[in-house]
Amino acid sequence: MMTNPGNRVTQGQFSFLPDLTDTQISAQIKYALKNHWAVSVEYTDDPHPRNTYWEMYGNPMFDLKDPAGILMEVNNCRKAMPNMYIRVTAFDSTKGWEAPRMSFIVNRPPNEPGFRLVRQERDGRSQGYSIIPYATDRPEGERS
Amino acid sequence: MDAELLPDDAVVDLQAEFEASHVDEVMAKLDHELVGLKPVKTRIREIAALLLVDRLRRKFGISSDTPTLHMNFTGNPGTGKTTVALRMAEILHRLGYVREGHLVAVTRDDLVGQYVGHTAPKTREVIRRAMGGVLFIDEAYYLYKPENERDYGQESIEILLQCMETNRDDLVVILAGYKDKMDRFFLSNPGMRSRIAHHIDFPDYRPDELESIAELMLAEQNYRLSPSATRALSEYIPLRMSLPHFSNARSIRNALDRARLRQANRLFSQRSRNLTRLDLITIEETDIRGSRIFLEGKLEGEPQEIERV
Repeated sequence: MMTNPGNRVTQGQFSFLPDLTDTQISAQIKYALKNHWAVSVEYTDDPHPRNTYWEMYGNPMFDLKDPAGILMEVNNCRKAMPNMYIRVTAFDSTKGWEAPRMSFIVNRPPNEPGFRLVRQERDGRSQGYSIIPYATDRPEGERS
Repeated sequence: MDAELLPDDAVVDLQAEFEASHVDEVMAKLDHELVGLKPVKTRIREIAALLLVDRLRRKFGISSDTPTLHMNFTGNPGTGKTTVALRMAEILHRLGYVREGHLVAVTRDDLVGQYVGHTAPKTREVIRRAMGGVLFIDEAYYLYKPENERDYGQESIEILLQCMETNRDDLVVILAGYKDKMDRFFLSNPGMRSRIAHHIDFPDYRPDELESIAELMLAEQNYRLSPSATRALSEYIPLRMSLPHFSNARSIRNALDRARLRQANRLFSQRSRNLTRLDLITIEETDIRGSRIFLEGKLEGEPQEIERV
């Protein structure tokens, strides 16, 4: 991973940028609320790119007018899970979309060990490749 | 907001600031649409002045804590507590004290859960929804039920108290309820009382105020009173006030609704003749005099409902 020296996981929006400040997070949430998307806070300790469904922190928040409430939840979640990845997702329920329209990481563990590349010999000398996050080396519940 | 600070010898224009905030429009609307309620309007004006001055002070970099604006409205039924709360959200929004200026009106049911562990998330959700605006808790004294020590209301009150303190910038809480019950509520929750800076008492309306309210209500629905009907109404109001379950503006609205009923019935009974526009919008003396208060000196046979604010 020489191109990403800090081993920072790059998923979702803004992940190549320095971490967003609370003001910047509020501004992004405000945009989501303006579009009537339901915003939720999710967390995980497994940064594998195929790990799509993270754990939800509380329920998705509907009918909010102001980002302060969501930022409060983000901070609660940070306090409860300081060593996990936390992201904010905005879900658009409009027919035809019915999908997350925004998703960005708002908290990372202090140390991101990165991924191990695993090679697999297959039939006919072909090679299969996969990656495994070092973060999941230990069983769930004993990590971090 | 964090624009450059003004030098100490700069001059600012309070008048310009006042005009820029458009608070005067809301105030004028308040004066026009709400009859009477002198102490309430005075207090709103004071709050508006404080917030404007505060804004100017910030331009000079004079810091002070954001004033707490949690309020408590007490008063008899039908004195306009909810209406003022709604207007309050708008005023605070114009003054830039709250960001969105929406009103979330809730009662005990929306805050207190049914079983252990249900209350906290429920209360928090309501608070989150109200952030950036005004949280209006109607009949707030129901939150606390002293006769049941395992009541979850207390839990809800504690969460509210905490948010009123820590999220002062995000949320304005307005409690409302009848005077005696609210007093008892505060007696058992001294923490709540001390966190609310503004206790505003809504006075009962005088008969002449009720008359202007009646006229306003009718005008809103495109009705008018004939001169003799106006006289009948001014006789009706003191009569109604002396009877039990009088709830100010709400009783008047009910009386007017019944008058409209009688007007429709009167027009219907003479359907052989052609009606003019004037006939349709005018409430005649007989429509008011048809009230049972005039005929029998007692209330219409309506169920003796518990009036809600």
